[in-house]
Amino acid sequence: MLYREAGDFKTTYVADSQTFPLKLDRIGFWVTMAVAWLVIPFVINDYWASSLLVPFLIYAIAAIGLNILTGYCGQVSLGTGGFMAVGAYACYKLMTSFPDINIMIHIVLAGGITAIVGAAFGLPSLRIKGFYLAVATLAAQFFLVWLFNKVAWFYNYSASGQINAPERLVAGVAVTGPSTPAWAQYLICLFFVTLCALIARNLTRGTIGRSWMAIRDMDIAAEIIGVNPLKAKLTAFAVSSFFVGIAGALFFSVYLGAVEVGEVFGIQKSFLVLFMIIIGGLGSIFGSFAGAAFLVLLPVALKWIGVDVMGWPTDLVAHFQLVIVGALIMFFLIKEPHGLAQLWRLAKEKLRLWPFPY
Amino acid sequence: MTADATPYVTEDGRQIGGVMMDLRDITLRFGGVEAIKSISFDIREGEIRAIIGPNGAGKSSMLNVISGFYKPQEGEVHFRGKKRPPMRPYQVARQGVARTFQNIALFEGMSVLDNIMTGRMGHIKSNMLAQAIWAGKAQREENENREAVERIIDFLEIQAIRKTPVGRLPYGLKKRVELARALAAEPDLLLLDEPMAGMNVEEKEDMSRFILDVNDEFGTTIALIEHDMGVVMDLSDRVVVMDYGRKIGDGTPDEVRNNQEVIDAYLGVAHD
Repeated sequence: MLYREAGDFKTTYVADSQTFPLKLDRIGFWVTMAVAWLVIPFVINDYWASSLLVPFLIYAIAAIGLNILTGYCGQVSLGTGGFMAVGAYACYKLMTSFPDINIMIHIVLAGGITAIVGAAFGLPSLRIKGFYLAVATLAAQFFLVWLFNKVAWFYNYSASGQINAPERLVAGVAVTGPSTPAWAQYLICLFFVTLCALIARNLTRGTIGRSWMAIRDMDIAAEIIGVNPLKAKLTAFAVSSFFVGIAGALFFSVYLGAVEVGEVFGIQKSFLVLFMIIIGGLGSIFGSFAGAAFLVLLPVALKWIGVDVMGWPTDLVAHFQLVIVGALIMFFLIKEPHGLAQLWRLAKEKLRLWPFPY
Repeated sequence: MTADATPYVTEDGRQIGGVMMDLRDITLRFGGVEAIKSISFDIREGEIRAIIGPNGAGKSSMLNVISGFYKPQEGEVHFRGKKRPPMRPYQVARQGVARTFQNIALFEGMSVLDNIMTGRMGHIKSNMLAQAIWAGKAQREENENREAVERIIDFLEIQAIRKTPVGRLPYGLKKRVELARALAAEPDLLLLDEPMAGMNVEEKEDMSRFILDVNDEFGTTIALIEHDMGVVMDLSDRVVVMDYGRKIGDGTPDEVRNNQEVIDAYLGVAHD
């Protein structure tokens, strides 16, 4: 059997608008889910969790968030790091203020708080566009990092100025703190990734997603045919920040455990997530995953090839890594500016008629 | 302003009702330039109303005033007997005014289907939370809208391209998709800004047929700007002629055709 679109017919509109219109895609999805939920938790170890899977899952959430704002709604944002910091600090304050409440609720609430902050910083988007908006969100990035450094209340007046995640349990198993098992770290991230991806997909294939894309493609026409630009832009900022906030909360509480805001949530983080969605594909949920995987896996893979296979010194490999990642990003942008998701779409189109030329 | 607005039936049997949109003494300025100088005219229920005139006469500006994109400095817009307060274009759209654009303004990154679905924006009532879960009301609405959109797709004969990204379509089809998007809103008043610009004779015939069918089958009132005089005179019930922001003629195609001022400014004299 071949993987292709041809011959896959729909008889209802429900079937035509489902998440995976192709049967093989659906099978692939359920197989992936089964492996992710039922196999990986039993074989995962600390190395795989901390250097690959957990950062991949968390960055995937952040990339989905930014993709909604930039890829779907066309509002360029350089404030991702700052919004991740909001999620992290909101989660920290909630964890320490209400230690009896389940951490899962804290993480969702941290996302909610980030959504409000994001919508507030999204207000300038009603007046300014493109590069000017990017600069405005850059201001948000620096302001937020400065705020979390400056106001001691946010880090509970700790001497180091860092925030540290206390141990919290879900169903009797630690998910934050130093004694967390790798599989628990992985599972909590997987849970939120699954949730966020489903929500993002539902929003983007429906009415609200169409209003975002309409604003992206031609905002004046969108308004004239009945899209409320205020609502479309602010919901994009809010939903995007919600996901980014959840990613920030997980990054702090589950992944790192301790955070110094300028170091972890600085401007580099904003650029990293932006690169992910550009390489993965703007306006594609799959692209968010692909981009996150690419930028998380690539350095690890290069390090493995350089140090373990070739036996080069670590510092040399580390430098090479930067060069190669940079070169690959440029290569991708020139060869396929619409990202990995577009490569996938093109392959599918080719397969539609394969093996016949036309 | 036409003196009498009593309903009548046209020769081909279409019902023309009372005044739907009444524009009174509209003046629009851009800095020192007066694009529209105190123009009044009305659009009646069920009719096809053409706006013609040379380039730069202010026709598109007039359409932009009607759709709420430009706010006139002076004058009033009365819609369905009530004075229209200042409102944003999307609010005007939700009152039942849809339009197409002179330079196609489709959403290039979206499929034909999604473009047309966007036209249904005013018919959505479910909130974001319901849409996020994709269940109950949100899904029901999505399917109802899809059915409505599919009817339009059938009507305009664009079934084959519904999943194609709009950016890949040729010009004539784009024009048709844009009409479909406007129709999807089920408007009472449809504004068409040069629907036949840049088309060949065959495409013009198709488009004329669609415009007449829309007017006939859905009872949609249509106001259109067009330069092809043959098309305008054949399609429209009444014609407004503009020149340099002023109104120089208003009436049935025959009246306009014989109006000396209109001939001088725009139509010219046939060489025979």
